Amino acid sequence: MADPTTPVYRTDTALRDGFWIRALLLTLALAFLTLFLFLPLLSVFVEASRKGYAAFAEAVTEPDALSAIRLTLLVAAIAVPFNVVVGIAAAWAIAKFEFRGKSLLISFIDLPFSVSPVISGLVFVLLFGAQGFLGPWLKANNIEIIFALPGLVLATVFVTFPFVARELIPHMQALGSTDEEAALTLGASPWRTFFTITLPNVKWSLFYGVLLCNARAMGEFGAVTVVSGRIRGLTTTMPLHVEILYNEYNSVAAFAVASLLAGLALVTLTLKTYLEWHYADAIAATKRH
Amino acid sequence: MTLALPAASRSSSWRQPSILPGFGLSLGITISALSLIVLIPLAALFLKAASAGPADIWAIVTSSRTQAALRLSFGAAAFSAIVNAIFGLIIAWVLVRYRFPGRRLLDAAVDLPFALPTAVAGISLAAIYAPNGWIGSLLAPLSFKFTIPLIDLSIGFDGKVAYTPLGVMVALIFIGLPFVVRTVQPVLEEAEVETEEAAALLGASRLRTIFRVILPGIVPALLTGFVLAFARAVGEYGSVIFIAGNVPMVSEIAPLLIVIKLEGFDYAGASVVAMIMLIVSFTLILAINAIQAWSRGRLGHG
Repeated sequence: MADPTTPVYRTDTALRDGFWIRALLLTLALAFLTLFLFLPLLSVFVEASRKGYAAFAEAVTEPDALSAIRLTLLVAAIAVPFNVVVGIAAAWAIAKFEFRGKSLLISFIDLPFSVSPVISGLVFVLLFGAQGFLGPWLKANNIEIIFALPGLVLATVFVTFPFVARELIPHMQALGSTDEEAALTLGASPWRTFFTITLPNVKWSLFYGVLLCNARAMGEFGAVTVVSGRIRGLTTTMPLHVEILYNEYNSVAAFAVASLLAGLALVTLTLKTYLEWHYADAIAATKRH
Repeated sequence: MTLALPAASRSSSWRQPSILPGFGLSLGITISALSLIVLIPLAALFLKAASAGPADIWAIVTSSRTQAALRLSFGAAAFSAIVNAIFGLIIAWVLVRYRFPGRRLLDAAVDLPFALPTAVAGISLAAIYAPNGWIGSLLAPLSFKFTIPLIDLSIGFDGKVAYTPLGVMVALIFIGLPFVVRTVQPVLEEAEVETEEAAALLGASRLRTIFRVILPGIVPALLTGFVLAFARAVGEYGSVIFIAGNVPMVSEIAPLLIVIKLEGFDYAGASVVAMIMLIVSFTLILAINAIQAWSRGRLGHG
């Protein structure tokens, strides 16, 4: 500022918005975020506590709620590790090798993001439903997929398929292969190279991808609606349980279970922000999803 | 992807040789999982829709209920994406260019719609925009009428937001918000202030600098964010159904129509509506790729 070489004329007015413009834009941004983000979030907790702590506690500990929580955790516990393995495999193939058709493969991996969640469930009903392509055969062999756990897992895996891969691919591409080539040249086995070089190098972007994948897996609604059949206490995940309670005009209970999911969202957001602040280099490659 | 390969790659001419192991294994896992989870099920959808026969497909496509649902889904998605483009640009600008207390918190909060389960967003939006809700009760005394040009979506506002097409738009604005902010923000951060300085020193006014120097640089990102928000909004289900009211022909979105047809065991009808939506979504992906290719060629960055 006090640098004597600075010309006496300042370009501030041309480079910075005037006070009133700044005040206007800041107010608009805050008002918009308040109307569409902060008030809805706040309302979840206000509505959940409307009838006091006892009603809240009862709503989240009744048997159907507990089985919904267990089912949600179970579905995520299967879907997320599956997508981690596939995501790592996809990132290894795409980032470490040059082959024809690579960009087509990347587009296919991203495909579930552009498919409506309802359609993500629909495709499995068409395959495995009572009147689906494999329906009669499944019935004859007593295998239940739709309106049962396998259907919920399949729909969740479909919806969350791209999350891990698309965080890992740009990071692995940026890192290159020289570390691995050095390890292999020095005699390390392929698996040792992978576990001691590759995996530690990408651990933060992997964690970032797992975080987003898990949040979506636990919160998914449209896809699981279609395959669940909503058999209370058996095939209802937490979001579906929220819907049932809400449609029964049991608003306090619906918001009580919803507040657990909102809590999960806040924890996810906090961890995500922490990772972005501290490991920006590793995960800056892609922020949108 | 270069085709000028050395002779050493005789065995597999479609890939460049590498000393790294695991190509077959990792590509095998990827393609197997992709086929079983994504590609084959999607192919089943197209097969099912095609099995309906041209006459039935035409009847489903042209039925007034299907058309009303598709028009609402695409119209509301377009409107909410426009709102998000405008406010997303303002929010990105404020976050990148201004310094104020709580800025990083605000920045983090923009991603809330990505993290919050859609059903939770749906019931909370319905609660606050309902006639007795925090915002709904403030809007109840107001009423006016407006028509959105081009898509011919006319809305007479009678003080109600929830349980009307406006409620659909509120939900779609919520879920589309991060897309524009997150695509525009990095471009604004990278934009060189030197070009603005040059414009200013050459005598351009602030307004002229904004419209001739800053905005042209972020148009591709803004367009990409708009298309992403639109694509997400077209297929959105969870956050919409609680606030929409779901009146057939009025506030029934296309994904809900699919669910209703499916619950009535009308698999073919559900598949045809789904196929129309997928074709539009895939066209949009191509549009995004075209925008990005165009901006790379024009501005030298994606």
